Amino acid sequence: MSRVLTKVGLAVALPAVLFAIWWVATEGSDNFYVPPLREILQTFPDVWTWDRIRADVLPSLIRLAVGYTIAVFAGVALGLLVGGSRRVRAVLEPVLEFFRAIPPPVLVPVIMLFAGIGDTMKVVVIAAGCVWPILLNTVEGVRAVDSVLADTCRSYGITGANRVRHLVLRSASPQIAAGMRQALSIGIILMVISEMFAASNGLGFTIVQFQRSFAIPDMWSGILLLGLLGLALSVLFRLVESRALAWYHGQRRAQRGPS
Amino acid sequence: MTRAVRATPVILGLSGLTGLLLLVELLPYTGVVSADYLPPTHRIAAALGDELAEGAFWAALWDTLLAWAIGLTIAVVAGIVVGIVIGAVPVLRALTASTIEFLRPIPSVALIPLAVLLYGTEIQSTLMLVVYASFWQVLIQVLYGVQDVDPVAEETARSFGFSPWYRVRYVLWPTALPYVMTGIRLAAAVALVLAITAELVIGAPGLGSRIAVAQSSNAVANMYALIAVTGLLGVAINLAARGVERLLLSWHQSVRGEVLI
Repeated sequence: MSRVLTKVGLAVALPAVLFAIWWVATEGSDNFYVPPLREILQTFPDVWTWDRIRADVLPSLIRLAVGYTIAVFAGVALGLLVGGSRRVRAVLEPVLEFFRAIPPPVLVPVIMLFAGIGDTMKVVVIAAGCVWPILLNTVEGVRAVDSVLADTCRSYGITGANRVRHLVLRSASPQIAAGMRQALSIGIILMVISEMFAASNGLGFTIVQFQRSFAIPDMWSGILLLGLLGLALSVLFRLVESRALAWYHGQRRAQRGPS
Repeated sequence: MTRAVRATPVILGLSGLTGLLLLVELLPYTGVVSADYLPPTHRIAAALGDELAEGAFWAALWDTLLAWAIGLTIAVVAGIVVGIVIGAVPVLRALTASTIEFLRPIPSVALIPLAVLLYGTEIQSTLMLVVYASFWQVLIQVLYGVQDVDPVAEETARSFGFSPWYRVRYVLWPTALPYVMTGIRLAAAVALVLAITAELVIGAPGLGSRIAVAQSSNAVANMYALIAVTGLLGVAINLAARGVERLLLSWHQSVRGEVLI
């Protein structure tokens, strides 16, 4: 019990100190752009009311969820195809490296051409940006399937969908999870960027709106909310991952244990 | 024989690239996508030629690379110094572990409005985003690296009375270097993404703002040409970072090879 308390204490101590420093340092601030933290926190509940959340935060999150889901399915499916064959991999590797190297936010103007400035554009931007890390990590994961397991599967005559499900996907899943984690932070960035470009609602749109109308404490509260959102999503991801990959983490711990 | 084996992936890879160029050339003719949205390859190539002939393009490229290099340098130096200080003091490490995990997922783009207010479209707003985003990549890797120090080596150095500076220089640094290099490689890629994003969204001078201008003036072929340039830049930075890594760590790989045997 006390160990848990110490852990929580250690975890909360520094953020608390940082916030305290922020509070004290800005308390008497008359800099227009850096308002006192007290003021930001006071504005927070006024700005982010339930209606605001439903009108602006929820649409953003739905776009993110839809785009991200599409990217996960497309990335894993393509990754299985590409990773399964040495020849396909050799043909596509430079092309994929090139597409991955393109900074995802420049997709926004391109996809605006095709899909206008509606919800479709944002979903496509998020999906198109998130798909690369998932795809490339799936390819790596499929490539690294344990050869003993692969041979065992072959001698037992496990082929087709069963092989993909029980052997390939299973052994690639830690890598896929790593790609999904990278994709999540890209997804959040693209969600905000696509809304900053052209939108009538959404978190990115609202924050830029505050900035343009010089509602500085409101803008800071938006930045704070974005930070909290990023944090919440990454914690959520880690929870899901540690449940889904419990077998893998256990194995790693067991392997590390004796040394 | 070996040459033939090694050449095959190169040929296959080149055929993949050629296939992409052909696909982009042919797609507009089939009517699947309009040539207004996706111009055929030869028009993109021509636009690229026009861009290369223009001084403004090179100025934009220079601005982007400058912001990238300065931002990356600041992030790497800060990341290494902070990482070693935190890593070397156990209390600090316990205190900061959670904070780092908390601060890292805060999307860097959340800072865009602030950067606009503080610096407008100056290079500083680009730098702010680049430094923030790439700092974490370096810091996390340095922390992993410091954790990896062999306790026996560390204690040996202590019992021989090495000063803290010598311990950092001769025990900690060689162990952490591979991690640091990984961190720099990741940070280099992130820094480019953020530099171009900042220019695109804020309008700070550089390739990103040139893309935004091409988009708003409906110069679609130029826009694709510029996007291709950013992609090539990303590939070049990746390759260069990998090359530097291999060069600096040649000793390390060989050491590891011996241990494995």
